[in-house]
Amino acid sequence: MNTGIRFDGVSVAYGGNIVLDALDLTVEPGEVMALLGPSGSGKTTALRAVAGFVQPVAGRVFIGDRDVTDLPPHRRGVGMVVQQYALFPHMRVDANVAFGLKARGVHGAHGARKAPRDEIAARVTEALEMTGMSAYARRYPRELSGGQQQRVAIARALAVRPGVLLLDEPLSALDAQLRSGMLAELARLHRDLPDVSMLYVTHDQIEALTLADRIALMDRARLQDCGTPQDLYRRPRTEFTASFVGNANLLPVTVTGDGVRLAGAVLDVPAAGAAAPGDPATLCVRPHAIGLGEGPNALRGTVTEVQWRGATHRLCVDVAGHRVTADVRELHETSSLGTEVTLHFAARDAVVLPATAAPVGPGGGAAHG
Amino acid sequence: MLVHSRRARRAVHAAFLALFLPVFALPFLVVLAASLATRWSGVLPAGATLEHYRAATDADALDALTTSLLTALAASAAALVTGTWAALAAKGSRARRVIDLLFMLPVAVPSVVIGLSLLVAFSKPPLLLNGTPTIVVLAHAVLVTSFAHQAVSAALDRLDPAYEQAAASLGASPLRVLLRVRLPLLLPSLSAAAGLCFALSMGELSATIMLYPPDWAPLPVKIFAATDRGALFSGAALAVVLMATTFLALLAVSRIRTRAVHR
Repeated sequence: MNTGIRFDGVSVAYGGNIVLDALDLTVEPGEVMALLGPSGSGKTTALRAVAGFVQPVAGRVFIGDRDVTDLPPHRRGVGMVVQQYALFPHMRVDANVAFGLKARGVHGAHGARKAPRDEIAARVTEALEMTGMSAYARRYPRELSGGQQQRVAIARALAVRPGVLLLDEPLSALDAQLRSGMLAELARLHRDLPDVSMLYVTHDQIEALTLADRIALMDRARLQDCGTPQDLYRRPRTEFTASFVGNANLLPVTVTGDGVRLAGAVLDVPAAGAAAPGDPATLCVRPHAIGLGEGPNALRGTVTEVQWRGATHRLCVDVAGHRVTADVRELHETSSLGTEVTLHFAARDAVVLPATAAPVGPGGGAAHG
Repeated sequence: MLVHSRRARRAVHAAFLALFLPVFALPFLVVLAASLATRWSGVLPAGATLEHYRAATDADALDALTTSLLTALAASAAALVTGTWAALAAKGSRARRVIDLLFMLPVAVPSVVIGLSLLVAFSKPPLLLNGTPTIVVLAHAVLVTSFAHQAVSAALDRLDPAYEQAAASLGASPLRVLLRVRLPLLLPSLSAAAGLCFALSMGELSATIMLYPPDWAPLPVKIFAATDRGALFSGAALAVVLMATTFLALLAVSRIRTRAVHR
């Protein structure tokens, strides 16, 4: 089973309103690709174009080598899991899981042979075991918790052994604790099923960072950036990437010969490639990379906010009118508001980005959450 | 709760009963009382008897009851199939408004007009239905289809498209999605619509009276005939039989619905 997904210039419009603009993206066989972006960024539309629930106005969608653009949803052979589970309420768990097997067996959708009753039963059991739901086979969906229902929905999608699994915000309806458990579960499922390509739509950067082999970052109907989580996190190429994948302080700086200047302070951060000397640029530093006290690349400012977060303290410091957020190890003596402090960071933890046309205001775009 | 104090709540209940009883319950009670009486000249009926019920359950009356039941069953079945079909077809279609409007027409038009139009339309070959039971069933079906259509349309609008999409992504053809997912999920609304159609058909008179052949006279026609010739009390007994039968049928249908909901 070598089934990837390829978007070839796919555009989708609703009533003249372009919701997905010429998407080019390839999901390799066996890869987990997260489509990450704020709501309205077109990520769900892209997934629905693969499932066949929206018709592109331009471009082609491929599953493996097959051009599926004009195929109806039931001929596409994908598995799909949605936020609200969509388990059939009038069927027991086992009937839900068997649904796809029966449907494909009878209609002989591509690659499926007629699955006899024993085989259906065996595969239902297998799929329920895979998601740890064997004990609930005879329950109705309404007798299960949200997390259990989502496990059944995943089992139902996997039972037909799809080459491609589409997940549309699968964890959004679950509470935070359950979500992190399910996240680990999904990662394990992917290890167990290394051949299945997954397209995972989410607005949650943690889910994307945890699960994805690569992240496709979407905003305003367009693909903004695409790369491995490490790439996007450590070496963001745009301010949008820096602010959306992980949180970042984005500070307006001026490029000098061998570093950048932030409000008078000269910082030893290589800016090669981002901008020519004398030009404006944006310095990107993660809150946790900033330390309190003297050190290289020191920034002086006044504390405007202190939040205790258990293991860390979050300090918001006003540095020459710019808001800098720093997550430091728990403080024994909390800095009080208005105190002068010095912050520092290592050059390797910072990235200089080309300034965007719309400059980021003091503290803009940056760290929350 | 809208009203908190106990006294205020009692007052509201009393006001509700004062309005409800005369408007809804008294007609039933009056008919029930009349069916058991021989005279009603004072405030209360007098001369208790079961004689009217003997007449109301004789061969002739039972024949009419059977006719009513068969007509109602056939008409509701036809209405349900047509109404559901149309609602499914209209869903997501551009012609939706036109179709909804068309199905509203039989409700908007007086049923006498429906009766008349069927009489005019089917009194000549090739479609000579006048004088057959079919034309009665047809009239009832036309009259109740709009209710079936409306109920199913509303239920379809509430049905989350995620179910049919999940089914389609699992490889189910549109027909399988319809039979295994959409219709079962619509079952509560379908059975509610069936009950409504059945009850309306059981009580239909104005179109029926223009169309019924001598060998296919539903019970409402008999009631009308009885009261027309002044036999109010036997008419009342027939009415009680009609009400009881309809009520039992609706009870049976509602059991199907509760089962479907609780599954």
